[in-house]
Amino acid sequence: MAEVVMAVHRGDASGGKPVEYTVPLAPGMVVLDALHYIQGHLSPDLAVRWNCKAGRCGSCSAEVNGKPRLTCKTRMDSLPSDKPITVLPLKAFPVIKDLVTDVKWNYEVNRKIPAFSPRPGTDWKMYQEDVERPQEFRKCIECFLCQDVCHVLRDHGKHAEYAGPRFFVRVAGLEMHPLDGLSRIKGMRNQMGIGLCNITKCCTEVCPEEIHITDNAIIALKERVVDQFYDPLVWIARKITGSDGR
Amino acid sequence: MAVSSGQAGLRNIEARVGLGATQRRDLWWVQPLAVFVGLAAFGIYATLRAFQGNFYQWGPYLSPFYSPLIDPEHHWWPLSPAVLVLGGPLGFRTTCYYYRKAYYRAFFLDPAACAVGEARHKYSGETKFPLILQNIHRYFFYLSFVFLVSLWRDAVRGFMWNGHFGAGVGSFVLLIDAALLTTYTFSCHSCRHMVGGNLDCFSCAKFGGTRLSLWKRVTSLNEHHMLIAWTSLFFVAFTDVYVMLVAMGKIQDLRLF
Repeated sequence: MAEVVMAVHRGDASGGKPVEYTVPLAPGMVVLDALHYIQGHLSPDLAVRWNCKAGRCGSCSAEVNGKPRLTCKTRMDSLPSDKPITVLPLKAFPVIKDLVTDVKWNYEVNRKIPAFSPRPGTDWKMYQEDVERPQEFRKCIECFLCQDVCHVLRDHGKHAEYAGPRFFVRVAGLEMHPLDGLSRIKGMRNQMGIGLCNITKCCTEVCPEEIHITDNAIIALKERVVDQFYDPLVWIARKITGSDGR
Repeated sequence: MAVSSGQAGLRNIEARVGLGATQRRDLWWVQPLAVFVGLAAFGIYATLRAFQGNFYQWGPYLSPFYSPLIDPEHHWWPLSPAVLVLGGPLGFRTTCYYYRKAYYRAFFLDPAACAVGEARHKYSGETKFPLILQNIHRYFFYLSFVFLVSLWRDAVRGFMWNGHFGAGVGSFVLLIDAALLTTYTFSCHSCRHMVGGNLDCFSCAKFGGTRLSLWKRVTSLNEHHMLIAWTSLFFVAFTDVYVMLVAMGKIQDLRLF
């Protein structure tokens, strides 16, 4: 039976190193299967976060050969086997143990976003043409691969002043909701730091749900920030017409 | 099964920090290198041609670098006429959302590619001068209409030979150039926002149906914005080269009818 060498990060917050394991290959095997093999046969204390093994729960995110990916959706036969396949934890978040990182910061950011607030006197009727854009954003499974790959968090560590692509997607879904009556644009600029995003599209490249994060959420929000803060013509037009432009 | 630890050459999580640091094994550097070469080559060529101030016109053809043509006789402007007009297209392209991605990666290495490390520096994204000026992209979009009108006028003039309708190869070159630049302009993210992207509810807005239809059309163009950006950039340079070579007498424009 063919075998492959996996180099898996072992360690905790105080440090760690990659450890090599030789794993037999089976048809249709994914990286998470290989990690389960290691857990079951070679190292039962290997810490791996996972749940559905079907690309729906977003738990098994890791960096496979340097790319942020869901380990349950990364087939072993798609990876070169001439060198050890490296599996490291997400870089943007602190390591708890082995491949498990502490992602609670994301939930703290999420709580700061004003929730859906219906317009006064809302007629609870929506048309498909109005909800198509927010529906795309609802596909997010919160795997946080976009947060991990975003260099603002990953390399510059701006966690204190930047919310990250996952939450721009959430805000975009709320802002474009046909029945929502709140504006979160000021918060996007001042608290959530959308201006720090320099639209290099890595979030879009790694999204397992293929959400067009940059084009449909981030740039759309950046344009709304421009409407409110940087475009005097829009501001004058709204003053004259009394419209909020939404 | 064999178990070993920390083999030499294997990089651990600390090794993901620093310029170019990555565990990616694909050719991640090819794309930023190609973009660097492409944009640098265009920038150098466009600068040289803009300051040359010569060989930009032949018969009914005018190079797009010099359109609209202002003060070609140097009554009040001593430099090349192109210098007067290049700021508009340059600003539109520089603040374009696609090109921002392209040059942030290829020139600023910020980042060079996804999950590839960067040099330590004080990062402020697009929140401070000068990059906060990226927010005026839509003003360059408005300005681009002046240039489009001028380019279409030049394209039509390219079919007028001494007051008679006719066409050379250059006529079609100018026509394709104007069409590509128009497509690039209308595939812009700011255009997409203004025609309908700024609405939350198409069914509730005035002219909502029309705006939804327009938004969908612009969106279908916008999905190919990168391709259109490069094609139009290449063709602007090609059009200028064609007009220059004809004006210099290096090649002869083939008269079709």
